[in-house]
Amino acid sequence: MTQIDSIALDLDLQAIRSQFPILSRTVNDKPLVYLDNAATSQKPQCVIDALSDYYGRYNANIHRGIHTLAEEATLAYEATRFAVQEFIGAASAEEIIFSRGTTEGINLVAYTWGRQHLKAGDEILISGMEHHSNIVPWQILCQEKNAVLKVIPVSEEGELSMENYNSLLTEKTKLVSIVQVSNALGTVNPVKEMIDAAHAVGAKVLVDGAQSAVHLDIDVQALDCDFFAFSGHKVYAPTGIGVLYGKKELLDSMPVFHGGGEMIKEVTFEETTYNDLPYKYEAGTPNIADTIALKTALDYIQNIGKAAIRKHENELLVYATAQLENIPGLRIIGKAKEKVSLVSFIVKGIHPQDIGILLDNLGIAVRTGHHCTQPLMKRFGIPGTVRASFALYNTKEEIDILIAGMHKSIKMLS
Amino acid sequence: MSQQPILEIEKEIIEDFSLFDSWEDKYEYIIDLGKKLPALEEEYKIADNKIKGCQSTVWLAAAHEDGRVFFKADSDAVIVKGLVSMLIKVLSGHRPEEILEARLDFIREIGMMTHLAQTRSNGLLAMIKQMKNYAFAYQTIQGLEKK
Repeated sequence: MTQIDSIALDLDLQAIRSQFPILSRTVNDKPLVYLDNAATSQKPQCVIDALSDYYGRYNANIHRGIHTLAEEATLAYEATRFAVQEFIGAASAEEIIFSRGTTEGINLVAYTWGRQHLKAGDEILISGMEHHSNIVPWQILCQEKNAVLKVIPVSEEGELSMENYNSLLTEKTKLVSIVQVSNALGTVNPVKEMIDAAHAVGAKVLVDGAQSAVHLDIDVQALDCDFFAFSGHKVYAPTGIGVLYGKKELLDSMPVFHGGGEMIKEVTFEETTYNDLPYKYEAGTPNIADTIALKTALDYIQNIGKAAIRKHENELLVYATAQLENIPGLRIIGKAKEKVSLVSFIVKGIHPQDIGILLDNLGIAVRTGHHCTQPLMKRFGIPGTVRASFALYNTKEEIDILIAGMHKSIKMLS
Repeated sequence: MSQQPILEIEKEIIEDFSLFDSWEDKYEYIIDLGKKLPALEEEYKIADNKIKGCQSTVWLAAAHEDGRVFFKADSDAVIVKGLVSMLIKVLSGHRPEEILEARLDFIREIGMMTHLAQTRSNGLLAMIKQMKNYAFAYQTIQGLEKK
């Protein structure tokens, strides 16, 4: 489990829960117990208000308008870029590219940097616990370039060994693309160590921060990663907005991705020159409202403090793990020493989907299935898991409801 | 061989479900149906018969006899298997045109639409589509044989 600072960092849970309107609704006549935060987090009222405020007060297209609304919208949009820069410790706001989410960020790197740099026989290294979004773009690229995709194996505990990793790293490795926190296991990977080792053989590193950005302190400069991608909707922001961080010299040297709109400097029928960073990678009218609301979400997290959030979520993880382990026939998938707040499990003789259906009838939202990590499920020889993932607004009482729901579901299905 | 019309079978299922007081009773009935549906013989559990969903897997096999279509199926999830059992009860043994015309409104009526529609385009919805595809194929074969 993640080590937590010993200082008192208790959250006012009642106050926090009251800031998330959805938590007061019922599902199937039961109070909602939302434990599917690794899929998407719920939104605080301030984020919902930020969207409403933009559309109700200063909806306008950005960057080129001369009128007041356009100016206000542009300033708010660009303020998010600075907030993201601070949130992940980037050296400059030019290194912050807005995307639709983690998947688009990874694809951007594959289609630009990857196409530019990969040649036949080169190798890309990923891990056996990657989400499909961090597998498929590299498969496509490797097929196109006749390059090789190599996979770091996952241990029975759900960890990667540095020994295995180092043995797969060669001078042919051009890119390591690695998830910082596994969405299916909760494992926290030693990305700093992995980045240093990759750089030693001349490889670049992309960190998939989809699950880590909301839990861990991210400092891309300290990590020295070359790219870092994450999604807004997992950090209490709206869907449809994400971030790709890239080192400036890399982004500057890479070819463009989508063509049109903001990414141009000058267009003639004979030739087009491209805009400077970060706009070079932001073609067309961007997702203005959701980008603006992303800043509100990041401010919300920063105001509470990641250390306090992490302490609370870790308490939930420890509590849930202990309670679940007491259920006969239940097996937790993913027992890494370093984990964040999710528990993935199966129950002997019972399909995860059946459990998910019955828990839903009790108002409990968990995720069941392969979590878009089919190779990982295959490695464990299971069709999928039940996954309970926690956020800052979850409580021990909700875990008690989950445990009672599990007992009831198992009894009905046995 | 006489076969009860599809709409009548659906009506009976809807009536059965109307007797349940709680969601627990309803699901226990479906789970029981799932447990009672005989496991599909291993020879039928082949890739061609697999309807792979995002979560559970359904196997479906069909046969054509005396102008009627007969289905056998299985699933690795017992609630899905219970729903599959009902689909077989409703559709198996009917003429292809009856199967093709069936609206299967009972699934909505008994409150199982979420399970039908879930997991993208896969699962039960794909199974119904596959059952109708079989019916269409057998209808076409019948038409050709008559010529």
